[in-house]
Amino acid sequence: MIFMMLQEAWSAMSANRLRTFLTMLGMVIGVGAVILMSSIGAGTQAKVKESIASMGSNLFIVLAGSMTSGGVRIGSGGVQTLKMNDASAIEELSSIKAAAPVVPGTAQLVYQSANWNTQVSGTTPAFFEVRDWPSEEGSVFSDSDVRSATRVAVLGKTVATNLFGDESPVGKTIRIKNSPYIVLGVLASKGQSLDGRDQDDTVMVPITTAQTKLFGSQFKGVVRFIMVEAVSESVMDKAEEEMQVLLRDNHKLRPNAEDDFTIRNLTALANTAAETTKAMSLMLAAIASISLLVGGIGIMNIMLVSVTERTREIGIRIAIGAKQRNILLQFLLEALMISIIGCLIGVCVGIGGAYGVSAFFPISVVITQSSIVISFLVATCVGVFFGFYPARKAANLEPIEALRYQ
Amino acid sequence: MAEVIRIEALTKNYHTDAGEVCVLKGVDITIQSGEFVAIMGPSGSGKSTFMNILGCLDKATSGNYFLNETDTTTLNKDALASLRNHVIGFVFQGFNLLARKNLIDNVALPLVYAGIGAKERKVRALEVLKSVGLEAYATYLPNQISGGQQQRVAIARALINRPKLILADEPTGNLDTKTSQEIMDLFCELNDKEKITIVLVTHEPDIAEYSKRLINFVDGRIQHDGLTAHFQASHV
Ligand SMILES: Nc1ncnc2c1ncn2[C@@H]1O[C@H](COP(=O)(O)OP(=O)(O)O)[C@@H](O)[C@H]1O
Ligand SMILES: [Mg+2]
Repeated sequence: MIFMMLQEAWSAMSANRLRTFLTMLGMVIGVGAVILMSSIGAGTQAKVKESIASMGSNLFIVLAGSMTSGGVRIGSGGVQTLKMNDASAIEELSSIKAAAPVVPGTAQLVYQSANWNTQVSGTTPAFFEVRDWPSEEGSVFSDSDVRSATRVAVLGKTVATNLFGDESPVGKTIRIKNSPYIVLGVLASKGQSLDGRDQDDTVMVPITTAQTKLFGSQFKGVVRFIMVEAVSESVMDKAEEEMQVLLRDNHKLRPNAEDDFTIRNLTALANTAAETTKAMSLMLAAIASISLLVGGIGIMNIMLVSVTERTREIGIRIAIGAKQRNILLQFLLEALMISIIGCLIGVCVGIGGAYGVSAFFPISVVITQSSIVISFLVATCVGVFFGFYPARKAANLEPIEALRYQ
Repeated sequence: MAEVIRIEALTKNYHTDAGEVCVLKGVDITIQSGEFVAIMGPSGSGKSTFMNILGCLDKATSGNYFLNETDTTTLNKDALASLRNHVIGFVFQGFNLLARKNLIDNVALPLVYAGIGAKERKVRALEVLKSVGLEAYATYLPNQISGGQQQRVAIARALINRPKLILADEPTGNLDTKTSQEIMDLFCELNDKEKITIVLVTHEPDIAEYSKRLINFVDGRIQHDGLTAHFQASHV
C-alpha cells in the first residue's frame, strides 16, 4: 500500500516536472543555506576556540599608556611608563602566578642565504610559562641569559621553517639586524591568534638583549607591555585590582590622576569573542532557516494549486471508495517527497557550497552532523506542516462537489 | 428476492442564489435484488440528483435511504466510502477515468482502496478487462481508445469489486447507437448471468427497452413506476 502510494506521489510529481523542480528549489536553497551557514558558523567557532586555547589561561595584558574615556589608547608607542621593576613587582602579588615583560619590535633575520622579516620580541622565561608555550625542540632561554643579556634566540615554528627548512636550527647561528644570535630552541606551533595573525611567525630573545643591543639603548629598563597570569580564574578580579593599586603606587600617581597604564583581562575578552561568534553563527543559522520556511510556504502554495487542479481526480477517487485518510496520505506523501528530495539535494548543495567557500575564501568551515540531521528533520516537519492543510482540503472534498468541478 | 434499495419520502433541496430549489419532492422506491430498472424523464427532472444519492455521492435533504437494509443517512464518510467501494459500482456519462493511468491501473484503483495487494489487483483487473473485451489494451491510456471502449473500462472498474448494484447515469449519452447497443448488451449480460442489480438513467426509449421496469421522473416526482413495456406503449 505504502509502496503504491509512493509510486502515486512520484508519478504526480513527474507529471509536472518544471513545477516540481521549482518547488523543490525552495527547499534546496533553504536546506543548502542552513547547512552552509551553520558550517561557516561552526568553523568560525572552532577557530576561535583553538585561538583561545592557544592563548594561555587566566591571562592579563598590562599595556603602557592610559585609556581615554572613549576607550582608545593614546600614544602607546611613545609612552614609556612601564618598567622592568613593574613586572617583577606584579609577580610578587599573591594572586599572580607569573608576569613577563615584553618589548616587541621587528627585524630582519638571516641564515646563510635565507632571510626573513618578522617580529622579534624581548621577554623573560616567564613568558613561555604565561603563554603556556613550550619549546618543541631545544630549549628556551634562562634567567641567567636575561641577566647577562646574551645573544640567544628562540624561534617560532614559521620562522624556523622559513629560515632552516628541514634542517634543525638548534645550536645554529643566525643574524638579527646583522648581529649573530645562537638559536636555543624552536617553539611548539600555536596557530592563528583571535585576530588572525600567525602566532608562530615570531622570534623571542632575552628582554635585556632587546633593550640594550637590538632596539637601541634608549629603551633600557622600559617595557611595552607585561603578560600576566593569575593563579586561578576565581582571583581574576582581585588580581586586576591589586595590580592597579600596585602600579599606581609604583608610579606615584596622585589619587585624582588617571592611570598611566591599561590592564586588560584577555581571558574575559576572549570569552566575549567566543560568545560573539556563537551569537553570530546562531544568527546565520536563523537567517538561513527563514529561507527554509519560505521553501515550506512554496510547497504549500504548489500543493494548494495541485489540489485545486486535481479536484476532479480526487472526486473520482472518492467516488470509487477512497477514504479521507487515503486522500490525506496521498497529498501529504507528495508534499513530504518534494521536501525530502529537496532536502537531500539541499544537503549536497550545502556541503558542496561549504567546501567551495573554504577553498576560495579564507573562511574555515566545519560541517556538523547535527546541522544535517536538524535540517533533515526540519524539512520533514515543513513538508508535513505545509502539506497538511492542502491535503486536508483535498480529503474533506464532498464527492459530488469534486466530481462536478470543471 | 431480497430488497437492495428502499427509499422513503426522499427530498433534495439545493441552496442557490435565487433561494431554495426543491429538486426531489418526495420519492418512494423499492428495488429488489436482480432487477434491471431504467429511469427516464425530461431534462432537469432530478434523475442525476437521485442517482447521486443512490450512489452515496450526495446526501438527501430528508427521507430515508436503506441500502442492503442499512440506513445510509446515519453513516459517516468512511462508511459511505466503503459502500461505494464494495457494494456499488457507479458508471458515469463522462466515463471519469484517470487520464494519467493506464487501463489496468484505472480498473484496479477501487481495489487499492479495498486494501488488496498489487499482485491480486493485477490479476483481477486483467480478468475484468477481459470480460469487457479489452484485455489487449491493458497498458493503453484512456485517451488512446474510443469512447465506447472507455465506457467499457469504466464498467470494468465498476465491476471489479463484485458489487451487488450497478448505477449508471446516462452511460450511453456520449456514444453512437451501435456502441450504445454493445454497452447495453454488456449490462444485460451482467444482469442475467451475474444477477447484478442495475439502475440506469437514459433519455432514449431504445435504451430503456433493455430494462424490465421503468421509472419516469417528472419535476422531482415519480410519474410512472412499472413495466417498461407498459410505459412505452402508453407513450407512443
Ligand atoms: N448543485 C446544484 N445546485 C443547484 N441546483 C442544482 C444542482 N444540481 C442540480 N441542480 C438543479 O436540479 C435540477 C435537477 O437536476 P438533475 O438532477 O441534474 O436533472 P436531470 O439529471 O434529470 O437532467 C435541475 O433544475 C438543476 O438545475
Ligand atoms: Mg442528468
